[in-house]
Amino acid sequence: MSEKTWTITRRTVLGLAAGALALGAAVTAPFGGAALAADPFKVGFVYVGPIGDHGWSYQHDQGRLAVEKQFGDKVKTTYVENVAEGADAERVINQLAQSGHDLIFTTSFGFMNPTAKVAKRYPNVKFEHATGYTRADNLATYAARFYEGRYPVGVIAGRMTKSNVIGYIAPFPIPEVVRGINAFTKGLHSVNPEADVKIIYVNAWYDPGKEREAAETLVAQGADVLVQHTDSAAAMQLAEEKGLTAFGQASDMRQFGPNAQATAIVDNWNDYYVARVQAAMDGTWKSEDTWGGLNTDMVHMADYGPKVPEEVKAEANAIIEKIKSGEFQIFAGPMKDNQGAVRVEEGKVASDKDLLSMDWYIEGIDAQLPKK
Amino acid sequence: MDQFVNFMVIMLGAATPLIFAAVGELVTEKSGVLNLGVEGMMLMGAVAAFATTLTTGSPVLGLIAAMAAGVMMSMIFGLLTLTLLANQVATGLALTIFGIGLSSFVGQDFVGKPVQAVAAVDLGPLTAIPVIGPIVFGQNPLVYLALAVVAGVAWFLYRTRAGLILRAVGESHHAAHAIGYPVIAIRYGAVAFGGAMAGLGGAYLSLAYTPMWVENMTAGRGWIALALVVFATWRPWRVVAGAWLFGGVTILQLHAQGAGIAVPSQLMNMLPYLATIVVLVVISRDATRIRMNAPASIGKVFHPER
Repeated sequence: MSEKTWTITRRTVLGLAAGALALGAAVTAPFGGAALAADPFKVGFVYVGPIGDHGWSYQHDQGRLAVEKQFGDKVKTTYVENVAEGADAERVINQLAQSGHDLIFTTSFGFMNPTAKVAKRYPNVKFEHATGYTRADNLATYAARFYEGRYPVGVIAGRMTKSNVIGYIAPFPIPEVVRGINAFTKGLHSVNPEADVKIIYVNAWYDPGKEREAAETLVAQGADVLVQHTDSAAAMQLAEEKGLTAFGQASDMRQFGPNAQATAIVDNWNDYYVARVQAAMDGTWKSEDTWGGLNTDMVHMADYGPKVPEEVKAEANAIIEKIKSGEFQIFAGPMKDNQGAVRVEEGKVASDKDLLSMDWYIEGIDAQLPKK
Repeated sequence: MDQFVNFMVIMLGAATPLIFAAVGELVTEKSGVLNLGVEGMMLMGAVAAFATTLTTGSPVLGLIAAMAAGVMMSMIFGLLTLTLLANQVATGLALTIFGIGLSSFVGQDFVGKPVQAVAAVDLGPLTAIPVIGPIVFGQNPLVYLALAVVAGVAWFLYRTRAGLILRAVGESHHAAHAIGYPVIAIRYGAVAFGGAMAGLGGAYLSLAYTPMWVENMTAGRGWIALALVVFATWRPWRVVAGAWLFGGVTILQLHAQGAGIAVPSQLMNMLPYLATIVVLVVISRDATRIRMNAPASIGKVFHPER
């Protein structure tokens, strides 16, 4: 709680300088938009965490840096990190809109309502909200199909395990996470039906100590491959220590597990941000709902680690290509949940709506989903 | 048996940062000062240890830096509450918030960098003894250090004259002052010790347990340490028992989950605090027990003229 307040204060102090400059720009171009050619196009970013998290917010910031690199002097970017979801967010977004930003990215689910409110107030400013579903003429949404990356991860895990026990460290039992577990398990069982997935929820996106304890517990229960949906590199470090295999989450974690990391599912917003800024500058920007996956490289697989054999790489690459081309659908029927009920009928594919509300484990997971 | 060994090894590791921070806070509180800034001091210790070890390559220097950073933070607290007589609760909370912010600021350049970890000891044949070997002789050196500190504190508080004086100051600062003991100086010392130990607790996390630096990596362990002091009713060895209990419950629920049992992990997160509340309620029913252990002057501002 209070921690956020402090960090915001810290950022706000730095932001004041930017704000002062922005005010100057606002005077010359009172209604924002593409006013004078000499003015840089101003892009704002709002992050829920610190860019030092080396995970979610860090990757969004990499996208911001890519925009700066691509457009140089033609753009000016501003970011505000550690913004609490709620009233604070609205204030921050409003300030960005007021200070003459032309395009504003808000990068956490909890920023949805504040973004929508501010978007209504500033019809000439364009907004993009990550992982939400509220749209308007000047408010687009975007998200990534991270589960697409988890299927090939499952394939690799199935080939790499010797003990046939896979440890899966999960944050919370929410659809985004459950979807990942199901996609992973499908991939795993497609090559190795004997392998067992053990899932531990640590009840945090980010708690290195707890993640380490969960990883150690899983290893104690026989896991020789670790998969995580949490953000820190604690499990990767343990895998490196014990000579096991692990998969990085959100960003490439190779420096923590040069031998252990088989690959990582990297959030890659770079291309999307560059494309959207370009469109906004050209005047071709439209409010859309983008759900990028492996095909747009929004979900990016890091380079394979040294332990992955060539034939496994080839197998994973083949399935990645099939997912990219749409030839292979991960959640195609028939699919049953682990209680035996049919969830996706034969010949059908789970819709995006089904995916967004997924609250069941697929067949083959020997565990119960903790319910609220 | 393997499961038991694994459980014990993980549990001892998980409990160590709590033991360091809690035993330091215990000494602080025994002198009559309540410092709620443990979390902030731990974070500063964690970042100082990591940064120093990364730049100098020496984990020993890292640990010294962690203690120095903890002491520095605690001296800010001491100056405000002991010399300037500010409210201890408010100042302690502010110290935590300050520590979280300052440590992330200082640590910006160290995020995502690997460091050479402090490795667990290997005593060869001793560590190879089944069951007892890995549990007793195969731990990280800091795990032993934490227990040594507890032993030292228990001895100091209850077996030495200096410890008696420190407790006297915590019981009645006016009486101690009247006899001629330097109340403020003694409290400064106790606060500094608390800071140094919190720093070590943080260093254990960033150098040994999860050798990395990331913002806010203590994730609330400072608060659990504070709860632990009350849970232990201000007795050093009970701090160890409590830390093992809290650690043990956490690991048990992780094991249960891994075995496919659906456990509401939110409930498990509450457990240390629930246990503390239960202990508080139980000891509050028997007033003499509190009077025996809880420092009577805790949290009270001391001004010699009053």
